[in-house]
Amino acid sequence: MSELTLTVMRLGFLAVLWLFVIVSIQVIRSDLFGTRVTQRTARRAEAQRPAQRPQPQQAPQGGGGRRGRGRNAPSKLVVTEGSLTGTTVALQGQTITLGRAHDSTIVLDDDYASSRHARIYPDRDGKWIVEDLGSTNGTYLDRTRLTTPTPIPLEAPIRIGKTVIELRK
Amino acid sequence: MSNLTNTGSNTTVSSGGLPSRRNTELAMLVFAVLVPVFAYANVGLAINDELPSGMLGYGFGMVLLAGVGHLVVRRYAPYADPLLLPLATLLNGLGLVLIWRLDQSERLRQRAESLFGSFSPDAPKQLMYSAIGLALFVAILLLLKDHRVLQRYTYISMAVGLVLLVLPVFFPPVNGARIWVKLGFINLQPGEFVKIIIAVFFAGYLMVKRDALALASRRFMGLYLPRGRDLGPILVIWALSLMILVFETDLGTSLLFFGLFVIMLYVATERTSWIVFGLLLSAGGATVVATFEPHVQDRVQAWLHPFAKETIESTGSDQIAQSLWAFGSGGVLGTGWGQGNSDLIGFAANSDFILATVGEELGLTGMMAVLIIYGLIVERGVRISLAARDPFGKLLAVGLSGAFGLQVFVVAGGVMGLIPLTGMTMPFLASGGSSVLANWALIGILIRISDTARRPAPAPAPSPDAEMTQVVRP
Repeated sequence: MSELTLTVMRLGFLAVLWLFVIVSIQVIRSDLFGTRVTQRTARRAEAQRPAQRPQPQQAPQGGGGRRGRGRNAPSKLVVTEGSLTGTTVALQGQTITLGRAHDSTIVLDDDYASSRHARIYPDRDGKWIVEDLGSTNGTYLDRTRLTTPTPIPLEAPIRIGKTVIELRK
Repeated sequence: MSNLTNTGSNTTVSSGGLPSRRNTELAMLVFAVLVPVFAYANVGLAINDELPSGMLGYGFGMVLLAGVGHLVVRRYAPYADPLLLPLATLLNGLGLVLIWRLDQSERLRQRAESLFGSFSPDAPKQLMYSAIGLALFVAILLLLKDHRVLQRYTYISMAVGLVLLVLPVFFPPVNGARIWVKLGFINLQPGEFVKIIIAVFFAGYLMVKRDALALASRRFMGLYLPRGRDLGPILVIWALSLMILVFETDLGTSLLFFGLFVIMLYVATERTSWIVFGLLLSAGGATVVATFEPHVQDRVQAWLHPFAKETIESTGSDQIAQSLWAFGSGGVLGTGWGQGNSDLIGFAANSDFILATVGEELGLTGMMAVLIIYGLIVERGVRISLAARDPFGKLLAVGLSGAFGLQVFVVAGGVMGLIPLTGMTMPFLASGGSSVLANWALIGILIRISDTARRPAPAPAPSPDAEMTQVVRP
């Protein structure tokens, strides 16, 4: 076997081995750079959504409709008071549950919270809605106790027990 | 994004968005089979100028093993981590190629013939052990439906682990270390299995006791000092590991055993002080034992002065020197498959010292890749531990991957001259039945835990009165 072939095979093998390592790391990329990647996909999905729906319904309240949504849509949920102060959750079109139950998105360690207290979800137009799930002590949006699912204005405080959360851009 | 329209039902944030990733695993497995087959062809071309005759059988064996593994995971652990099986398959395949490559060495053949009168290649045996190892892996996935079952065997596994640790004392030493159990035609290295069994015990024990170990402590100079009586377990384990060192003259098992305990204690309690204590105790213990135990002295001597004439004469081997030469002559890009002289190491070239062949023939570049692959296995283990929902699973996953990582460090460090050589085997790469079997079992348990951890949670049963809430009366 000629020297050249062996050299090519030697370097080729190293390249293949490293390719395997790199592909492996790609597979677990979401673990390594979790948040950044998910935000990027969320934005892409958001960019595609208007294209997929040629006649989107105008959001009835606030936000300025489709064009304004990119600017005014909240991108994260921030806990501003309570034991979880400082926690943020990226809003990516998923339902966020709040309560003492262990499988809630935000697990409230609060005696005044019920196990399934409230949830925050986007409606069909991407507007974020808060709904009380029949909690004992109620969910307050800016001092008013919620009785029906209500759209959340930006930076309006939502109070659950000792915890206050806000949606922010 | 499919959750967008799903606002009507009362579900939580479904982790149901997690894909099972079985197809990713399949693609990675194909890759993980192709790499060693390429290596195999490469060795044949470099040594004999032709494609090796066993290539078809070997490739077929690898495909069969990987295929069976994949199908079983797909059927019985559909949400398992997608990387563990391909990584283990790749290492096992590379190990087979390395062993086969050393079987081709004329030097090792002559050495074996002059010492034992006959030479038998190790690669076919290793392929058989791999098959048995994979069978064990399959059996674990079939029989162990939930890793929490292991929690019931906390104290039984302690007893079994101790018996396995003590057992080799009653058998004659092989090459200076009593780590073998000879039962008729089977030779076992119980130390390899002990790491799994003991990890089960530690996980069950620490899960119950961790609050006492973590909370009852005083703060002193930035460290939490545990109470005297809480030091009991760590001292007992320390004494045991020293006894292994003295009576079995086995540095590796002793280090693995104690290191595993310290890692799991740290993870369970989040107290840095345990690591400090562990390091102090092991350093102290090793120093004391080294003063009177000749076997340990030899190892330290060979570590500090590998090239000295007295070392080679007193220990009767120049393995470490040869191993360092092998790494050196490999350089950055290596000599290429089949073109190195790592067979000069002689004894244990294809088991304890197999990394020297990697270092020589694949060079620093290949060595780094192999170490990263080991690192990825450990990373997956820690990741599984983070994802696991139950404390026992968390501790067990971190313990198993910790033991795996520790073993890689101890062997690689020993072969490269960073720490004294300990006589353990490189997981999956090295020739040896016990090692392959135990490590496949370890991967099996990790896959089982990761399946449980990533499996979407069942929809919560509506039970409003499950937890009491206080009523605020205005």
